[in-house]
Order: sequence, then structure tokens, then C-alpha cells
Amino acid sequence: MGINYLYPDFEVHRDKDKCINCRVCERQCANEVHAFDKELNRMIADDSKCVNCHRCVSLCPTHALKIVKTDHHFKENANWKGEVIQDIYRQAESGGVLLASMGTPKDYPVYWDKMLINASQVTNPSIDPLREPMETRTFLGQKSTKIKRDDQGRLITTTTPQLSLNIPIMFSAMSYGSISYNAHKSLAMAAQELGIFYNTGEGGLHEDFYQYGKNTIVQVASGRFGVHPGYLNAGAAIEIKMGQGAKPGIGGHLPGSKIGEDISKTRMIPEHADAISPAPHHDIYSIEDLRQLVFALKEATAYTKPIIVKVAAVHNISAIASGIARSGADIIAIDGFRGGTGAAPARTRDNVGIPIELALASVDSRLRQEGIRNNVSLVVGGSIRSSADVIKAIALGADAIYVATSALLALGCHLCRTCQNGKCNWGIATQKPELVKRLNPEVGSQRLVNLITAWEHEIKEMMGGMGINSIEALRGNRLMLRGIGLNETELQILGISHAGQ
Amino acid sequence: MEIHQKRMPLEGEERFSSGCAISGLFNKNGDRFSGRDAITSISVMHDRSNGLGGGFAGYGIYPEYKDFYAFHIFYYGNEAKRNCEEYLDEHFDLINLSKIPTQKHHNITDEPLIWRYFVTPLPTKLVNSQLDEKEYTARCVIHINTDIKGAYVFSSGKNMGVFKAVGYPEDVGEFYRLDDYKGYSWTVHGRYPTNTPGWWGGAHPFALLDYSVVHNGEISSYDANRRFIEMYGYNCTLQTDTEVITYMIDYLHRRQGLNFEEVAHVIAAPFWSTIGRKSEEEIAEYTYLRNTFASMLITGPFSIILGFNGGLMALNDRLKLRSLVAAEKGDMVYLASEEAAIRIIEPNPDRVWHPSGGKPVIVTLNK
Repeated sequence: MGINYLYPDFEVHRDKDKCINCRVCERQCANEVHAFDKELNRMIADDSKCVNCHRCVSLCPTHALKIVKTDHHFKENANWKGEVIQDIYRQAESGGVLLASMGTPKDYPVYWDKMLINASQVTNPSIDPLREPMETRTFLGQKSTKIKRDDQGRLITTTTPQLSLNIPIMFSAMSYGSISYNAHKSLAMAAQELGIFYNTGEGGLHEDFYQYGKNTIVQVASGRFGVHPGYLNAGAAIEIKMGQGAKPGIGGHLPGSKIGEDISKTRMIPEHADAISPAPHHDIYSIEDLRQLVFALKEATAYTKPIIVKVAAVHNISAIASGIARSGADIIAIDGFRGGTGAAPARTRDNVGIPIELALASVDSRLRQEGIRNNVSLVVGGSIRSSADVIKAIALGADAIYVATSALLALGCHLCRTCQNGKCNWGIATQKPELVKRLNPEVGSQRLVNLITAWEHEIKEMMGGMGINSIEALRGNRLMLRGIGLNETELQILGISHAGQ
Repeated sequence: MEIHQKRMPLEGEERFSSGCAISGLFNKNGDRFSGRDAITSISVMHDRSNGLGGGFAGYGIYPEYKDFYAFHIFYYGNEAKRNCEEYLDEHFDLINLSKIPTQKHHNITDEPLIWRYFVTPLPTKLVNSQLDEKEYTARCVIHINTDIKGAYVFSSGKNMGVFKAVGYPEDVGEFYRLDDYKGYSWTVHGRYPTNTPGWWGGAHPFALLDYSVVHNGEISSYDANRRFIEMYGYNCTLQTDTEVITYMIDYLHRRQGLNFEEVAHVIAAPFWSTIGRKSEEEIAEYTYLRNTFASMLITGPFSIILGFNGGLMALNDRLKLRSLVAAEKGDMVYLASEEAAIRIIEPNPDRVWHPSGGKPVIVTLNK
């Protein structure tokens, strides 16, 4: 036992009375935690390999398994917590950057949970969504600033390209590579059925999925993986990825081990070569360069697709957004620092960026102060966990929201946060064929449709409660929100009053 | 204004809701009649008000000054009046000024100074501003109401005027001696606020240029509408529905050039399911308007009567959550929250109908 031995975070508890030695757990665990000991004639477990993904727990036919957080600990220390000490041991051993995945687990304030929603009483009626129309259709794109008429005085109704959503929720960027073929297929099918959009991420678009193009947003990131004219024209919109909430300021890294034949073809890179996207776009060192890329993409698609510019929420986000709004972009997507990732340096993920709630509020206010809010649509993501979060985001000023972690949870993800290992037992964040096939796209897409439909019902219920029967009347309607337990500065940034005011 | 802040927040410091009664009378031939019928009509709906606000708008009442903007201004104190008149002098030719004649009424108390000015923009100032006459005038009005303490322009159109106060509307009509004015169009409002703002500027109609709005309802889209319209130079100082609705109509009709029918398709847009059943051309037009001006959709209950030079428009919210009745008799058109308020002045109308939610009733003078 080396001096770097770290006691496992989890212990696999097996009820020996319930276990029937069926060995399902052994077959299901790509981390090889479980094994059958012939001599003892019972299942044994290597706790050190467990990532707490619950695959074995979920499939154990006799419910004999549970995963328990270890009570092994270092001597109590409020400053030098166990995980801090362990990280130092790890880095002393490896000399490397600590890797992590999914959104930060740190205990930062979640402002969604510090805002409360209004409802009608007496002076105006609430509206029952089961009896009255309740509208959630949303258009994303630039709005005309001045109406025009033809020589007979009729309105000229042509607009710049718009995305039409049945409900203002979209699946945000996750590349083919970071997630599996079946996960992508589930998202694409669900987006089509729901009348919304999913996003290719930076990994290109698999040729099988061109058929979902009308519900696809194709991404152009700093590595330009898989970008060619056919790809740009395949989707309904193009997203320029400038940054990601989980790792603002740095690029992406898909290890060569995940780059098999299919991914290599889709990304247009050699098999088994690491796919490293640079931190910046090397043709964008400033805002005027962004404008050139926006228009280059518009030229490449004959001005038929809206262009989204996605940025991470960082300190001066409102000034950045104001610049983007004048760059010719049709939609700004802002990703908050609690957003997920397939792999990111842990220190970046846990310390860089700002919460989406504050970023959204300040960007929406700034764009209105400058009178340019209608020039762009605003999409926000970075940990939208429920229909209530959606309502709050729209009331703060978002046109639509992006979900990814919630969508993955619907597909079976248990947030074990070890995507970077590529051994996802749920068939999501992996390229191993035997794991990928565990995710059935038919079932997966149905679960995604169920989730968004359930949220849609809840959104309509709460809108009706507020006496609002169309989503645009909720957008930026901050009077519908009150803060709870927030200080003056927080309230002022969010542009809301405190509960009771 | 400070005196009103001692116990209660002033109108505009927080958002108040109110129920109301509204009524409108219009002669399509342009024949002018006194404000008496409007007073009679609204008095029937006494219980829809609670004595905390009432007011009238009359059109065609100043024919002798029809080419000049008629500013009706409340002053709280002589300093406000001095400051405001100084500002008016710098920006307008003052053609005539006087106190607005009133007669003491036992139910109307604590009146501010109430003055009337007939003005026209100073030509050099107007040219330098690079604005058209209406935009110039609107900006000056917004400036006074936002920045000159204790002064409030509550009427600013040509050949029309608003008269309003804290009190029951029928008492307000007597107070302003509306028997002495003759117009071809009158609207009237009785207010039932859910608190006691007690500020005269907060009574309705709310007006900008020749647009005046009387409104019954409480809109749930208020802050979405407000935050949108404030991008375009408006300042919602009163935090009332009527104010934001007036600004939106001004923006859509005067500044964007939409006709009133199109304005209705923005603020009380048909449901998507209704739009989907229309012709291809109409689908394109309705969709364009809903998408382009999405943030100007009004939700929640409202019935409004919009007055403008030469016409009236009545409009209900999309679900018709507030009552609104229309009637015709010869050249006269009547609109009111309750049918009784019409029958008291016209017992035998040719036609009485209940306009559908979201469907505007637009009447204009015969050419």
C-alpha cells in the first residue's frame, strides 16, 4: 500500500440475505467493481473502483445493493477538508491538472431557489390551462426595428431567419464524441417530436442525423471539427461556440481513445488522435473578428439561418453581450458556470465564471438600456433543473433556455461525474459499443419527450396562475418574481423586489 | 407632491391595481354635444368606482385653438409652476394660458393648481431637434412629467382635453363644469383602486398627444410591456396599466405607423390556433406582428376605450375577462362597461352588441 493510498469515497453495501449471485452487477459495471468469488461462493466488490453511478443498484433484481458514502475521514478541519487534502495527494502523485465532469458540485448560491413566483388573487383572474388556450410558442431571431409596407400599403412580412419553438426549451450543445451515438439520436428524435431543437456541439453531425436537420442547431467551435458547407446548411441554425459555462476561457479535449472510425469521420480528423479545440477561435481575437465570422457563416448559408453566438457567463458579460448584439448575431446564448461538461479541469469548472441568473439579469437590463434588446434573442443555460427554473429565467428576460444535464438525467445519467473516463454505464458519455447499446434511442427520446411535456404542463399551470396566457407576456416580466433571503446588491442586479415588498 | 408621501406611497412609487367603469360616446357626423351625457352615463356605474379617481376626455372641444397643443397641467406649488413655465417658454410659443375653470364641489378637495396652455413648438428649437412636431412635443411632455418636480402634464393633444381628479367621476364632471364644453367624442372613467393613492395625476384618462385611454382591468403582462416600451424613450412614472397601454399605442400607431386594426393585432393578438385558420396572407401578417412586437402583447383582463382625433377604438383582452358593451343609434356610437350606462342616455338604441375578446371596435368621423 503506497503512501498515496486514498480511501474509497463510496462503499458498496450488499445485503447477503438478498443477493442471489445472479452476477448482473458484475456484467453491468464497466468499472469492474463487482466480481464473483468462487471459493467464497458469493459476490465481492472493489469499492475503490466504484463511481457511484447506481447502474448495479438500479438493475439488481433483489435490491440487495446500495452505495453508501464512506464515513472514513480525515481529522475534522473546516479549512483543510478531506477533498482538499485528497486533491493535493493526487496532484503530488501525478503532477497533472485535476479533471472533472458535469457541473460544479460546489455549494455556490443557486439564485433560482431564492426567487419566488407570483399568482393572481381577486384583482385579476388566474387562467385555467385545461379550459383556455395557453401559448408557449416562441420565435428566436432579430426583430424588425421599423415596419415597411409595399406600394399598396400592405405590411411587408419578410423577416430575418427565425427559429420557431413550440416551447422555449432546447437541448444544448453536447458533441458526438462526448456523448454516444444513441444519446445523440435520442435528442434528435425528441427535438423533432417536441418541435424544438437539439445542438450538435462541436463534434460535427453524423450523416445518419442529417434527417433531423430541421430540428438541429449545428455548432462551429474553435477546433472547427466536422465543419463543411453541407454541415452548415444541414441545420436550422448555426451556433458559434465562443465559450462554455463549465470551462470559460479554455477549449475542449476529446481523448484519442474515444475517437473511433465513426467519430473520426464525423469530426474529419484521424482516428485515435486527440481532438483538441483551442482556447480561442484563432480567427477571432476581437469583436470585429466575430462579426466577420458571423457574416462568413451567413454568406455560406445564403442568409437563411440565424446565427447564435454562445458565450460563457463571465464578469463583464453585459458588455460582451452588448458587443455581440451589434455583431450581426441573431441570438445570444449564455452559459452559466454551473453548466455541465464532458470533461474540464476541476479548478476551472469550480472557480471560473458567474451564475447564469445574475448574468441573464444583467445582460437583459443592459440590452434594454441600450435599446437593442429586440435586435437579438437571449437563450440561457447552465443548470436549468425544472419548469420553475424555466419560468424564472423567462421572467428575468430570457427568450428560451437550454438544458443538457436535465436531458441527460432523463436518459439515465445519475450524475456520477466521471464522464471523462468514457466508461458510462448508462450508455451516454461513452463510445464503447457494449455500453452505448444500453441506451435505446426509442426509449430515450420518449423519456425526453415526457420530461419536456411534463415541464410544459407545469409552465402552463404557473403561467395561468399568474393570469398570463402567452409566454411572451412573461418574458422580462420581473414583477412576477420576488427575492427571498437576498441582499440589496443581489436584488438590484436581478432587478426584482424582495418578498413582501 | 411630498405632502402625499407622508403616509402612503405616491402613485408611481409602487404598482397599484384597480377595477373601474368606462364609457364612451361618439358622434360620427362630428356634431358636438356637451359633457353632460358622459356624466350621466358614468353616474349609473357609481358602484364600479370608489371615489378615488375619475376623469373625462373630450374631442373637438377647442375648435378656436385647434392648431395648437392644449396642455393641461397640475402644479403642486408655485415653484413647480415657475419651473415648468420657464421650460415651456424655452420650447414653445405660448398662444394662450389660463386657469382651467372649476367650481367648488364638496366631494372634490385638495385640488392642485390646474392650468391650461395652448402652445406650438418654437420653430428654431423644432428644426434643431431634427424631430417631427409630435415627437418633439411628446418628448417635452415626458421631460416635464419625469424631471420637473411637482408639475404634471395630464393632457397634451390638439383640439382635445382631459379633465380628471380624485373623486367620483360624476363629481369630477361637475367640478370641471363639463356642461360648458362641446365635443363630438367623450370618454369617461371611474376608478376603483385597491388602495388610496390620492394623487390627481393618477386618475384616468391617461393621455399623450391626442391619444387618451380609459381602461378597466389589471394586466398581467405589465412589467414585460413596461420594460419593452421604456427602451423607446418612454418613462412609466405612474406604474399604471393605462400609462403603459397609452405609450404602446403611441409607439405602434404614431411611431411605427400601424393602423388601429393592426395595433389591436399586436396588443390583443389572436391565439396561434385562431391565426392558423386564416388565409396564407393573413397568417403571414398576424405572425409578423405577433413576432415583431411580441413584448407588447397584453395579457390579463382589460377593456379599453382609446380616444384619438377623429375616432374611438374599444378593445377587450383576448379572453374578454372584462365587460364591454357597444350600441348604435343613428350617428351616435356608445361604449360602456355596462349596458345600463348606455340605456340611461339612449333608451332605444338601433343595435346593441358585446364585442368579442381581441376584436376592436373602431369608429371614425364620416368623411
